This record gives sequence, structure tokens and C-alpha cells, in this order.
Amino acid sequence: MSNPLRGPSPGLEPLEEKTLAEKLFLVRFKVDSASHLILNKDLCLDCTVRACLVICPSEVYKWTEGRPEITVSYEGCLECGACRIACASGAIDWRSPRGGFGVCYKFG
Amino acid sequence: MADRFDCIIVGAGPAGCAAAYKLASDGMSVIVFERGEYPGSKNMSGGILYSTILNKLIPEFWKEAPVERHVTRRRYSMLSKDSEAALDVNINAFSEPPYNNSFTVLRAKFDRWFAKKAEDAGALIVTEAVVDGFITDNEKITGVKVRMEGGEVLAGAVILADGANSLLSEKAGLREKPAAKEMILGVKEIISLPKEVIEDRFSLEGGQGAALEFFGQCLGGFAGQGFIYTNADCLSVGIGCPISVLQENGLKPAGLIEAFKKHPSVRNLLRGGRIEEYGAHMIPEGGFSAMPELTKDGLILCGDAGGLVNPSLYKEGSNLAMASGVFAAETVIEAKKRGDFSKAALDAYVEKLENSFVLKDMKRFKDAPEILRKAPELFKEYPEELLELLRLHFTVSEASKDEVHGELRRSFKGKVPAWRLLKNLWKLRRIIS
Repeated sequence: MSNPLRGPSPGLEPLEEKTLAEKLFLVRFKVDSASHLILNKDLCLDCTVRACLVICPSEVYKWTEGRPEITVSYEGCLECGACRIACASGAIDWRSPRGGFGVCYKFG
Repeated sequence: MADRFDCIIVGAGPAGCAAAYKLASDGMSVIVFERGEYPGSKNMSGGILYSTILNKLIPEFWKEAPVERHVTRRRYSMLSKDSEAALDVNINAFSEPPYNNSFTVLRAKFDRWFAKKAEDAGALIVTEAVVDGFITDNEKITGVKVRMEGGEVLAGAVILADGANSLLSEKAGLREKPAAKEMILGVKEIISLPKEVIEDRFSLEGGQGAALEFFGQCLGGFAGQGFIYTNADCLSVGIGCPISVLQENGLKPAGLIEAFKKHPSVRNLLRGGRIEEYGAHMIPEGGFSAMPELTKDGLILCGDAGGLVNPSLYKEGSNLAMASGVFAAETVIEAKKRGDFSKAALDAYVEKLENSFVLKDMKRFKDAPEILRKAPELFKEYPEELLELLRLHFTVSEASKDEVHGELRRSFKGKVPAWRLLKNLWKLRRIIS
């Protein structure tokens, strides 16, 4: 771990700010070519709740108005499984990523 | 022909590794399938490991295990929107072995070590191996299907320790998908600071560690809590919130942890830090009544997969996981001697859990999740009022003490219905001790 002491008053400046995207950049992912989160898009269109858009800690689910559909950036999935629990319409087929793929914590 | 073992274990977390270590030490043939690149790579906990069971399995494990700090300081803190009242407990005797059996750990390091110990004891650990389903013979589970070529493996019994998001316990028909109110989503950041800064800031010396729990208005008045645990040269900082609460209130977890870190009483503890990792994990905190059936013919559920988390203030999970792993292993050893892996035989596992702290505590605190759900004022009105009382009490003015205390009583009575407060406090004993 690198030394975080910087500047003239070590340890006194506020904790560094990072956006979610920057935080996810710190996490090691071994990205597979195919998604392990399969959506039943018809069910998603009919869904009025769309809990997935809120619940995901890495915000992999995005509603694209133009299409319209939910896109899944599975590459940043932390594999917590909260979307599967929260999805009321049963539209998420949550599969474990291929062995060795997906999130790989250094600290955990 | 498929390979055959005495026991197959799915998942190399605390439960799976404890089971593997025990089985292998007893000379059983055991294979562990772990889907991560290495054991621990998918795993996350707040960060405190309670180690009574581990210390029995591997005496004085702390001499070799990658533990971060032993916890000597515990701080329970009630946050209002911008203030804090806390109970701070420092027990120096916990600095002596066995260190009160509570250590901060980072699971990617710790689980890897524990799996290596099981491997050294004779267990076969296969990483990057996803178990997708079971092999059955007349409803009896006789093996697993691994996502790889020739991936059919047979065993007398399968121990399922695949964690909080246990897809396989549903596949085995032991449970439905858990309800949103039964699952907590934990979000955590690893924030690095020099060792000296951590020890100065948290008033620690040597390998001592602090566990700070935050209650009240951690999540903007919604049910949930926050924590800071000290590791050797970083902090584990995070929040936990029921998935149902996130869902019903449209709360984004990434925003909640940011807000928690910015609370005046929290941000000063994080100064100068650098974010090293961001992670999330579920915790099954539905308690006793949300637990699935733990056995069926040829199958035993352990740890988080079995819902074995004490949902009270004690927040124990890893210790229950390891205990369940050891009990499952003992049960499989006995079953093999008799050549009987039926549910009736494997139910000895449930009996062992019942006779131990695991199910005794699960039953003792069975109402904790429901009590918390039914008292939303614990997270908003009560902390606000408590801190307001303290503010008035400590405000320096020229009013006489009689006047101040009169105002205190009036202010409190007006906002907190006394009967409900008493009722809630009475119920809270079921969460606290």
C-alpha cells in the first residue's frame, strides 16, 4: 500500500473524494466476454418498480429511454446479488460468472 | 466414470474451509470447489472475525494467520444529523492471548490462508470452479455438476457453503429466493492510512484494534447502520441497510456510503485517507425464522447459505459459519462410518447446532429483525431527540439549572411519546443482550 501522506500537513486534509466510476476503477475485475446477468427484457418493460436501477451498489443497471430498455454493465458487477433479491418481476437470471472471472477483491 | 470423494464442499469461505480442515484432518477424502480466482477473492465481511472455533481447530492461529488487529476498543455511537453520543469501551485485558477471540481481518487475505491450511491438512481445493447444480439419484444428492469438462463429481455428502447469495440452496429445493427484508446489503470501502495515524487517531497501541459501530441517523434517518474497523494500515468503513429499505425509499447504496463518510463525526476519523477498494456483499439477517431447511438426503447447508447470522447487536457471522462447518464435518464423518448419508442421519448436524451457541443464539435473538423493522423512530426521532437533550443539557447559558431541566423535560415529552418509548426500550433488550 502506498503512503497516503501528502502535502505539508500530513493526515489533516479531508479524505479524498472519488466518484463511483473512480472507485470501481480501483476494484480488480476479470471481465468475461458475455454477461452473467441475463435480463428478460419483456418483463423489464412491463415492470413499474425497476428496483435494479436503485439497488445496485455499482449501478450496473441503466434505463435507456430511447430504446427503451435496461442496459447491464455487467463488467462492474460486485456480485453481491442484491438485484436478484430486489427484482420483483423475476426478470434477472443471475448466474455465477465463469470460474475465475468477475470481481476479484484484494482486501475484501 | 466420475471422481468420487467422501465429501464435496462448495465454497471456500469460513464455513467451507472449517469443514474441509476438519474432514481432511480426520483422513476423509474431501474436495472444495471455489468459484473465485483464489479463496477469498469473492468474499467480504465488515471485518471482525470471532475466533473461538478457529482457535480450537488451529490453536494460536493468530501467530500465523493474516489477522489485522485484535479488538480491544469498542465504541457504540448514536448519530443525529450532525452530532454524536457514544459509549466507548476499552478493555486492556483483551490484549492478552487469545485476544478475546476477536480480530479485524480482510477476507481476501484471511480466507486464502484458511483454505491453504485445509489444503495442507489434505483437502483438495479447486479454484475457478463454478458448481452449477447437483447430481441426484431418486431425490438424494450424490454429487455436483461443475462448469468444466468432465465436471461430474460424486460424494457421500455435499456441504453447501456458497454464501449469502446461495443459488444452490434454492436449486436443491431447500428454500425460495430470500425476501428483501431478510437481506442486508453491506457496502464497504478500504481506506488506507499510515499505521501510526491509525494508532494515534483511535487511541491504540501495538496490535490493538478498534470497532466503531454507528447507529441512529447513519443513513439519513432510514434503518441501517455504519461501521469503522481498524486494520493494520487501513480502515474498513461501511454501511449496512436492508434491501427492502433501499427498495422502498429509492436509496442508492453508493450515495449512502458517501453520506455516511461525510457525517461530521465520521469524516474526521477518515482524514488523510486514500480509498483502496470498494466492495459490496449481502448479509442474511432474517434471523431464525428466515432460515432454510438445513439438510436433505446427501446435503448440508452451512454458514451464510444456511442463514446462520446472529442479527442482534453482536453481529456474529464468521464464528457461526466456522462452527457450522465443523459440525457438518463431524456429521459427515459419523455418516460415513455408518454408511448412511440420508437426511435422518445428517440431521445430527442440526442437533449439534441446537446444542451449541449457534442455534441457541439464533433463537434468543429471533425477534431482533422484526423489532428493528417495526421501530423506525430508532433511526430518526430517537437519535435526534437524544442529541437535542444532550445539546440542551450542555448548552452554557444564564438560565438556572432548574429552568434548563424544566425545559428539557417539556421538550422531550412533547416529541417522544413516552409509552411507545418504553415499549421500544423493552423490546430492544432482545437486540442488545
